[in-house]
Amino acid sequence: MALLDVKNLGISFGGLRAVDGLNMTIEQGALVGLIGPNGAGKTTVFNLLTGVYRPTDGTILLDGEELIGKSPSQICQTGVARTFQNIRLFSQMSVLDNVKAALHNQVKYGLQGSLFHTPGYRKKEKAIDERAREVLRVFELEQFADYKASNLPYGKQRKLEIARALATEPKLLLLDEPAAGMNPQETAELMATIEFIRNQFHVTILLIEHDMKLVAGICEYLYVLNFGTELANGLPEEVLNDPEVITAYLGE
Amino acid sequence: MKKYGKQILGCVAAIAVYVAVTAAVNMGVMSRQMMSLIVPVCMNIMLAVSLCMVVGFLGELSLGHAAFMSIGAYAGALVLKSGLPTVAALPLAVVTGGACAAVLGLIVGIPVLRLRGDYLAITTLAFGEIIKSVFNAATPITGGAGGLKRIPPVTTYRNFTFVYVLMLIVIVLVSNLVNSRHGRAICAIRDNYIAAEAIGIKVSLFKTMAFVLAAFMAGMAGVVYAGNIGILRPGNFDYNTSIEILVMVVLGGMGNITGSIIAAALLTLLPELLRGLSNYRMLVYAIVLIAMMLFSNSPLRRMLAEKRNMRQADKIQ
Repeated sequence: MALLDVKNLGISFGGLRAVDGLNMTIEQGALVGLIGPNGAGKTTVFNLLTGVYRPTDGTILLDGEELIGKSPSQICQTGVARTFQNIRLFSQMSVLDNVKAALHNQVKYGLQGSLFHTPGYRKKEKAIDERAREVLRVFELEQFADYKASNLPYGKQRKLEIARALATEPKLLLLDEPAAGMNPQETAELMATIEFIRNQFHVTILLIEHDMKLVAGICEYLYVLNFGTELANGLPEEVLNDPEVITAYLGE
Repeated sequence: MKKYGKQILGCVAAIAVYVAVTAAVNMGVMSRQMMSLIVPVCMNIMLAVSLCMVVGFLGELSLGHAAFMSIGAYAGALVLKSGLPTVAALPLAVVTGGACAAVLGLIVGIPVLRLRGDYLAITTLAFGEIIKSVFNAATPITGGAGGLKRIPPVTTYRNFTFVYVLMLIVIVLVSNLVNSRHGRAICAIRDNYIAAEAIGIKVSLFKTMAFVLAAFMAGMAGVVYAGNIGILRPGNFDYNTSIEILVMVVLGGMGNITGSIIAAALLTLLPELLRGLSNYRMLVYAIVLIAMMLFSNSPLRRMLAEKRNMRQADKIQ
């Protein structure tokens, strides 16, 4: 069975049909790209998948479990994590605390532990600390653990956002333009990182990207959106040479 | 290790202040006015630290803190007046006051915390005024505008130890909370609630939690107030009081517990320290406030704060 099964997904904002009749199946362990010109509705799809918007119609099944109607925090607990197009870090918190916050549902203890710093609290906090540093190590951010998140350079902020998403131990990771604003060298590094986390964490990845080199380089399958509807889907080389897709991107 | 250093420093400071104040009271070097301010200082520290949790850590502007304080004060005062011996009545009053304020915090918090920013501020302000009117109207219980009189003076400077310990408890609880799973969730909501939701934090639950805890602590401070002043009038808990507490939090540097403590102590003592200036007192008070505000944003202060960040930035490059 597919990990993610989206059927006939659609949402209207007043008279605007932002996404219409979208079907999408993503197999366990796949690395899939979602592309399309600006305003095609790609981020809206992410917002639908993560419960930020409630779809007007359609179904979203993750591992056979219906996601529609769940709140974003519940969907995260079901196993979907995401990054944002415009980075959304906890900017006033330290790099380490950003990841620790994401371990919120991974290692739990009660309010009394928080208020009185009980022995149980100490034990759990130690576990949280170790896990968070482990995740930072994977992304080579460990030496910046005590920095304020907003003091990191742009590329590292992007990395931290992915690290934070992975800390929630998702089955499906949604990356919204991970290479936006990166130079070619940073993009190459990012591609390697994505490949690496996919193998290391056994996570299925769906990513939105405009950098076709990245898309062609790592995605195994592509969905193309245009004006909220699916324009094409298939293997990268087929899709990227499809005259209809080229027209949608470049015009007649 | 650095963390423990800070804790030890805090303990030493707490003990030193306690010894100094007790010694000064016993040796009679303090004026009567100064002695009468000991408890209000502690009380304002409790209020400022608890509001710091909402404004500084949760990042929501609440202008109804005096209302929670008033609920605690009235509930506590009724317990104190019930005729129980002080030993039993005082702790019971503190717990009752805190609990009543917390329950009200929950009732108000659930609908109100769906709002954000200015809207939340205005709503909490209105809530404060409503509570004041209710106390004014409920004459049989609260004595109405005439006030709830003859409350046993159980939290005066003679009972400094109790008040001081209560204040320390509030400070320790809030500082503990910040360094915990719950505290991180609250701070994450402040920094970016959309991202906080996306990593599985139940935003409304943790917002309500911070709000209710702050209300509980404000309620306890209210009991201290009741036992100190001896008479409660609804007018004592208007929005001016809320704003005074807010000023302490803002001057302390939002989200800075130590800063809130220092600002609360200074601003409580300041009017008394400036008494010698007679007519110009409030004028100087205002000028000092402005000066503190300017300093907290001065190049010097910013330089000190940025120094650490600069060092970090250097290391990255």
